[in-house]
Amino acid sequence: MDAEVTTPPTSRPPIEVPFTLNGMEVTVSIDPAERLLDTLRYRLGMTGTKEGCGEGECGACTVHVDDVPVNSCLIPTYQVRNAQVRTIESIDPSDVGALLGSGATQCGACTPGVVMTAVWVREHPELLETHTLRELMAGNLCRCTGYDGIIDGVRQSLEERQQ
Amino acid sequence: MTVFMPTTLTEALEIRRDQDATPMAGGTDLLVHWPEQLDLHDRDYLDLWGIDELRRIEWSDDTLELGALATYWDVITDVKVGAAFPLLIDAARQIGAVQIQSRGTWAGNIANGSPAADGVPVLMAYDASVVIASHDVRRQVPLERFYSGYKEMDLAPDELIVAIRIPNRTYRHERFVKVGSRRAQAIAKVGAAIVSNGSGWRVVASSVAPTIRRCPTIEARISDGESLSSPADLLPAIRADVSPIDDLRSTAAYRERVMSRVLYYAIEEMSHR
Repeated sequence: MDAEVTTPPTSRPPIEVPFTLNGMEVTVSIDPAERLLDTLRYRLGMTGTKEGCGEGECGACTVHVDDVPVNSCLIPTYQVRNAQVRTIESIDPSDVGALLGSGATQCGACTPGVVMTAVWVREHPELLETHTLRELMAGNLCRCTGYDGIIDGVRQSLEERQQ
Repeated sequence: MTVFMPTTLTEALEIRRDQDATPMAGGTDLLVHWPEQLDLHDRDYLDLWGIDELRRIEWSDDTLELGALATYWDVITDVKVGAAFPLLIDAARQIGAVQIQSRGTWAGNIANGSPAADGVPVLMAYDASVVIASHDVRRQVPLERFYSGYKEMDLAPDELIVAIRIPNRTYRHERFVKVGSRRAQAIAKVGAAIVSNGSGWRVVASSVAPTIRRCPTIEARISDGESLSSPADLLPAIRADVSPIDDLRSTAAYRERVMSRVLYYAIEEMSHR
C-alpha cells in the first residue's frame, strides 16, 4: 500500500494502532491528534473517503466501523484500535450501478459517503421496518441532486438485491 | 498530548485521580472543532471507548440503567427500551443521523453540558439520575439538580459519569418536541420534553436557558386546572422559568414565542387524548 504522509511532524510521541482495514490487518503509527479520516487518506493512501465539512455534519467522510456508518472526521484514530474499518475502496463499482443511472451523483463530493450508507442499508434490510430510507440517509448531505436521485438509486439497488 | 486507554473502569478512575486528562467517549462533541482548535491537541485525554463494562444497558425491577458508553443507536435498536421510554427514541432519532447516533453517548450528552442538548431533556423529563464515581466514592445525583450554570455541573475533576438510571414508571402522556432549522442534522433552537402520569406534569426546556432546565412554574400553570385559551397564556410562566438569549441559531423573542406554541399545542393535543 502506498504510504504518503502529509500530516505535519510533531513532537508528540506516536501511538501504534492495529486495526482491520477492508479485511486486511494493518498497524499504523500515528500522531495522537490524527483523525481516522487523515489516517485513511494521508497515511494509508485511501483517498476515496472525502472530507466535506470536517465537523460531522455532511457525511462525505462516512466509513463503517464495526459495521456501522460513522463520520471519520470525528473519530480519533486511536479509537479504532482492534476495530473493523471499511471504506469505499472495498465496494465493487458494479454493485452500485443503480446510482449511476438515477442521477444520484453530480459533483461527486458526497458520493463515497452516500454509497457507504447505502451499502449498509442494503446489508441490513431490517432497518427499513423501523426507519424510512430518507431517515437512514439523512446523515449524507448533497448540494447538487436534491436527494430524489439518490433515494431513487438506493431504492433500485435495494430491489436488485432482493431479486 | 498523551492518550490514556484503559480497558476497565477501575483503571480509568485511577487515571482520573492521578492525571489531568479530558474524558472522551464517542468524541462527537470534542472533535467538532478539532482541525482548527489546536489547543485541543495539547491536552491529555482519557479515552473511555475501550471500557466494555460501560456499554451495558441493564434492567432491574424498577430502573433502567444506561452505561456511560451506551450510544443513541444502542437505544434506538433496543426494542424493550423503546417500548418503556418512547421519548428516548424520539430524541435519539433527531440527533444527527446514524453516523452521529452510532458514536454519541447519552452520558457524553450530559457531560458536554450544552443548553441545546437533545438527549438531556428527555432523560430529565423521565426523572433520571446520574451515577458518578471516583476512585473511592460512588454517588448518585438527580439530573435535574446536576447543572448549576452554563457548562457548570456537579462533577469533580477526579470523577466520571459511569451510568444513567431511569425509574421505570408509567406515563399517560409523553412528548418531545425539537425545533431546528431543518428536520435532520440540526441543533435545537427550542426544545421541550413533557411527561404526565395523569396527576402531575414534568416539563423540561432546552435551548432557552444556560442549562437544560425543569420548569416548575409552567408545570404548576398547566396543572392548576385553569384553562389555556392561547399560547400567550403561557408566556408569564415561561418568563418565570427560562431566559432565552439571541445567539447564532436564533433570537430570544423567537424562542419565547415558539416555546409558548410548542407547549400550548403539545398540551392541548395530549389533554384531548
